[in-house]
Formats: sequence, structure tokens, C-alpha cells
Amino acid sequence: MHTTPANLPKIQDYAIIGDCRSAALVSTRGSIDWLCWPRFDSPAIFAAILDAKIGGHWSITPVEQFHCERSYVESTNVLRTRFTTSSGQAILTDLMPVASEDEKRRMLLPDHELIRRVECTEEQIQFNIDFAPRPNYGARGIHFRKVGNCVRADVGRGSYRLTSSVPMIVTEDRAYVSIQLKQGESAEFSLTYGEESPAVLPILGNAICERIQRSVDWWQRWSERCNYDGPYRAAVIRSALVLKLMAYAPSGAIIASPTTSLPELLGADLNWDYRFCWLRDASLTVRALVRLGYMAEVESFLDWLLHATRLTQPKLNVLYTIFGSKAPEERSLLHLRGYAQSKPVRIGNEAQDQLQMDIYGEVIEASAQFVRSGGHFDRETKNALIAMGKYVAHNWDVADEGVWEPRTGRAHNTHSRLMCWMALDRLIEMQHRGELDGVPFRIFADQRRKIREQIHQRAWNRRLGSYTSTLDGEATDATLLLLAWHGFEPPDSPRMKSTYSRVLEDLGLPHSLLYRYQRNPPEGAFGICCFWRSEYLAIGGGTFREARQSFEDLLRFQNDVGLYAEEIEPATGDALGNFPQAFTHIGLINTAVSLQDRELGRSHEDETSVARGGPPVEKVEQ
Amino acid sequence: MNWPSWLLSGFIATIVLTTVSALAQGLGFTRMNIPYILGTIFTPDRDRAKVYGFLTHLGAGWGFSLFYALLFESMGNAGWWRGAMIGTVHATFALVVIFAVLPGAHPRMASERHGPTAAKLLEPPGFMALNYGTQTPIAVFISHILFGIVLGAFYHVR
Repeated sequence: MHTTPANLPKIQDYAIIGDCRSAALVSTRGSIDWLCWPRFDSPAIFAAILDAKIGGHWSITPVEQFHCERSYVESTNVLRTRFTTSSGQAILTDLMPVASEDEKRRMLLPDHELIRRVECTEEQIQFNIDFAPRPNYGARGIHFRKVGNCVRADVGRGSYRLTSSVPMIVTEDRAYVSIQLKQGESAEFSLTYGEESPAVLPILGNAICERIQRSVDWWQRWSERCNYDGPYRAAVIRSALVLKLMAYAPSGAIIASPTTSLPELLGADLNWDYRFCWLRDASLTVRALVRLGYMAEVESFLDWLLHATRLTQPKLNVLYTIFGSKAPEERSLLHLRGYAQSKPVRIGNEAQDQLQMDIYGEVIEASAQFVRSGGHFDRETKNALIAMGKYVAHNWDVADEGVWEPRTGRAHNTHSRLMCWMALDRLIEMQHRGELDGVPFRIFADQRRKIREQIHQRAWNRRLGSYTSTLDGEATDATLLLLAWHGFEPPDSPRMKSTYSRVLEDLGLPHSLLYRYQRNPPEGAFGICCFWRSEYLAIGGGTFREARQSFEDLLRFQNDVGLYAEEIEPATGDALGNFPQAFTHIGLINTAVSLQDRELGRSHEDETSVARGGPPVEKVEQ
Repeated sequence: MNWPSWLLSGFIATIVLTTVSALAQGLGFTRMNIPYILGTIFTPDRDRAKVYGFLTHLGAGWGFSLFYALLFESMGNAGWWRGAMIGTVHATFALVVIFAVLPGAHPRMASERHGPTAAKLLEPPGFMALNYGTQTPIAVFISHILFGIVLGAFYHVR
């Protein structure tokens, strides 16, 4: 087994900070090893996570051996790292400051800013500060100039400026200093980026503390709006804050993860760029946010969706950039060694050319959930949704790549069929609720019935006693658990229970982990699939106690600040894949809400069309 | 100044500009919908916005055509190629200047500084309106050059 080298931070050693336009990863060593500015999908200026030697970093690290404890300021994305050494203790605060639109109108603030403040809280402590940005993923050189207490570098159209309260030693491409802080003393740093001159110069001292407090207030106000009040509120709020960081505020798009090429298997080539908006992931995100009451984010995304897909409607692409364009062609950055030698580092994503029929179901289900929560559409959105339904009604029977995006070809995937069934079902539901008009009811109902019959007849394998991942197939995958979640099969039906047993037999791991599918060599347990396993139990596939136990098992795999990557290495519990990953946090939120529903006696069927008073789902002989 | 000629040629040119813009959107060259952008200055209602925006665009096109007519008068002649040249300048100005300041002036358009507050706002156009599709500048150039050509061809200098 390939392992992480001892001198390399593990993926779970990172924490995220961001401002809903870009994000940075900060390690337990106080080093910012990932930052793309000005947007999530811009080239990185710090990419040490992918190559410590040439990727670029900005570290504030105690000189002595240290112990580190981290936490976010409660209900915020403001990170606090407490370093303890034999000589003293200090707290490093990291954040990208945020403010309300009203506050921004009243004050002159830098376009993009990252603040770091280190304060000695006990005795004294010495820090090494090393600022070494490397534009364009380390492929481009940088030339610093010292201007007063600032270090400045012009790169392309933009200008980076590091302002510090301590004088830095500046070389051609690096600024560094070693400082000794005594109890009560602090040092402040502000890194800004702007594409217009004159740049807004950040003020240090008390003004930094004000900006930190303003950000804390903003995030706490946002978190207070969360309407989940169950026993796992802290984990749910953290997940919601992560999802919020993935939403690009200027357009409403939601990205899958802020990183590229963190490996799904150490040392292998399963390294992908997730800094784009997958309609599937984004739709799942808005569904999770609807369940928590964040309607503004949902409306913003649905508006973006309509605008972004305008050029391809009714056909949807798998993924888009944050401004709704086609993602750049996939290419490898050969100059980077990759995380733990996992090559290649890729930017762009080839999956955009795939056919994935399930995304129609995800988008339409997200819209239906919006309607169930009291939302309304304008005429153009209604027409776009109906047009998508017509596309599904004509094309559901085609082979596609499906949810797992294999690069080995197309198949008749059961999950894709399920989601096409759901797309038509939810459109009929929305018509029934009076939100849509002009739905060709007979055509949609007829096709919905045909899909249901096909799944019942061809996705059920009598010999295995299970549904299978493809029609007439022999293998299972984790999406089969969603047959119950989406209301296609009651969770306690004999077929569903038998499928659950088979999925566990094929893909199950100790501690409630689950692979997404069978693969040799196996990758990690897939985060959201593990939560699907828990949630299946929570919605009626098991007892409440079993579900809670399973969920609490999975909570143990979050890192010290409550974050999950895409996958979990079963043997060590280490995080694998891009980090943090919206998909996994969506799973956590949904399962926590389903557990609460179960505890309060609210049926999961309240969220499926039959129990909501929608038109009855047709019965098929089993 | 030939007022009847300006009224007629300005109207025809604006109709051509609006039609070509709508065609570019319909054929998938760009997501940019000018009447929608203009109409949302007055109302968030998507359907009404397009009506208000169409009327505003018609008025604005007529207004701009007055400058074209004045330029033709000052040059002592019109002609399709003169119109095309002014149209090129007009398109460049719209792409580089007007779209750059629009997020600051439009009450329902986000800027690239917006966030993290979520709101139902129009996307900012970005440099040369490239956020609305990579072929948007081409569509803007073609529609404005045609605008100039029609004006140049139909306007008669006194």
C-alpha cells in the first residue's frame, strides 16, 4: 500500500478558509499550501500541497517543536490554530474577510484579501514566516519589490501585495522573517490581490481586528439561519458552512470542491480537477441547503442554472465553469510532482463530454424541493423544466456514462434510469401542485411507467436477490440504496432489504464505511456513499438505533475541524481525494436531517410524491 | 440634419440590431439577452423585464443612431462603410466601457466583488462580456456593425 510520506501533511491536516469566490487550505503547520486567486478555478499561487518544492506556500510556523490544536471560531469560517511549544503558546488566526453588501458600500475594501494574525497568549514564542507565492501553479516566476512595509509583485493583469506589521527580508522571489513574540504581542499580515490601480491598501493594527470581528459576525449571522436543531447541530453547521464556501457568490454557481488532483488512491493517477460546477453535485447541495432553510442560496443557484444552460437547453452538460461556460480542456501539469507522487496533476475535466442522464433528475428534484419549500418559478424557468422533461421522456432509454463518470464507456445504468423516472415523477408532482402548467401529463406518466417497469424487470437480479448497477447486470453499487431515498421502493420492502444486504456484502466495510463500487485495486470508501448507507437505515431500512450508530461511526472520520474529503482510506481513516468535498458534507446533512425526522416521527415519504398527495405511482408486479 | 431620415433609418437599424442579437442568443452563440439586462433595471420580473428592456433598447438604439446621424452630417456624407466603421467603434465602446461599468450602475447585477451574501442577481458580464459566452464579443461586433451599415445605407445627409 502506498502511504503518505512522513514529512508531508496528510490531506486531513488541512482546513479551509474562503470568501465564496475563492478558497485556501491551511495546514496544521500553519502553512497555506493552496490558494487560487481571484476565482476558484484561477491558476494557483500557492500549490505546495501538490508539490512542496515548486508549488509555493506561505507559512507561519513556530521555530521550536510544537503541538497544534485547531478549531473554527464557533459557527464561522474563521480558523484558529493554537501552537504550544516548550517556551510558550500562540494563536494563529486565518481568514478571508467577508462583509455584507451594505458594509462594502460604506467602506473601501480590497477586492481579495487573506488575513493572518498571530498572537502570543502565553510567555514567548518564535515564529518563522516564509512567503513564497508561485503563480500559475508554480510554472511562472515572480519578482518582488519592497514598497514601504509592503512586498509587491505584479503578475499578468493583477498585483499581489503583502502588507505586514513586521519588516520582512525580501529577495527576488521570497519574503521571510523570524520573529519573537512575547505574551500579548501580535503580528498581522494581509495579502491582497487586485486588477485595478490604485489598489486599496489594507490597514493593519486594530483595523485587522475589526475586519476579523466583522467576518465572525457575518458567518455567525448566516449560521443562525440554519433551521436544524437536532443533536448533531455542530456537525451540520460545519457542513453547511463548507457548502456555503463552495457557492461562487457573483454568479450563484456551486463547485464540487476547491482543489484539483488530490488523489483518490495514493500514488495512482485517479486525480481530477473538481473546481467546476457539476449540476449533480450542485443540485444535491441546494437540496441539502433547502432542508436547512437557506432559500436565498437555492434561488441564486436556480437562476444561475437557467442562465448557464441556456445555450444547451433542454440538453444539459455535466459540468460548467462558475460563469456557465464550457470547462477548459483537460491537461496535465507535468512540472508538478503531485500529492504524495500521485501523478498527473490535472486541470480542466474531460468528464464534461460525457452523457450522464441522472443530472436531469437531480436538477428537477432540486427544483421540486424548492417548490415544496414554498418557492415559485417564473415562466421561463417553468418552460425550461418542462423542456428538460420532454428531453428525458425521449431519451431515457439510452446508455450513458452515469454518476461515477467511468472513462471506459457507456452502459445502461440503473441509477440513471432511476433519476429519469424521478425527473418525470417530480414534474408531474409540480404540475399537480399547480406550480407548472403545460406538462404533457400522459406522455410523462406513460414514460415514467415504462422506466419503472424496466427497472423492476431488468435491474432486478433474481440469482443475487438484488438490484444491480446496470440493467441485466451482475454487480452492485452504492447508488442502489437511493432507490428507497427517492421513493421508488419502500425502504423496508423485501427487494430493498435484500439489495441492502447484497450491497453490504459486496461493498461494505467496518465502521459503517462503504465503497461506491467494486474496483481492483480498491480506492477509498466513498464519503457520500457511507452516509447513504446510514440514511437508508434512518429512513426505514433499519432501526433508529442502527442508523444513529452508523452515523456516529462516520462522524469519527471527520478531521479535527469537521471536514471530509471525497473518500476515506478504510485501513487508516485518512482522507483521500479532493478536499473538502461538497458531496460528503451533503451526505452528512441529509443523514442528520433524516435521523431527526425519524426521531420526531416524520416519515421520509413526506418528501416523496406519493405521500405528498401527488399522483399515485403505478404498481408493477414483483 | 435630416430628421425624417434619422427617424426611419434609426428605427430600422435598431430593429436589425435587436433581431441579430436575439438570433445570436437563439442560435447559441451567446447567453447575453440585452432586453433582459436592460429590463431588470426596472423590474425583477423576468417576463415583464424583457418587454421593458425591448422598449428601452429600442429607445437607446434610436438615441445612439442620432449620434451616427450627427457624425454623418459632420462628415458631409453617409454610406454603409462609414456606418460600419462607426459601428465597430460603438461595439468596442459597449464591450470595453459600458459592460465594465454596468455592475456598478445596474441595481440587480452582481459585481465580481459580490459575496458571500447570496442574492438573486444577474451575473456580471466580465471583460468584454465574456462571462456570457466566449463568442459574445463576436455577436456584439456583428450586430453593431450591421447597425452602422443599415444607418449608413438608409440615412441621407441634407
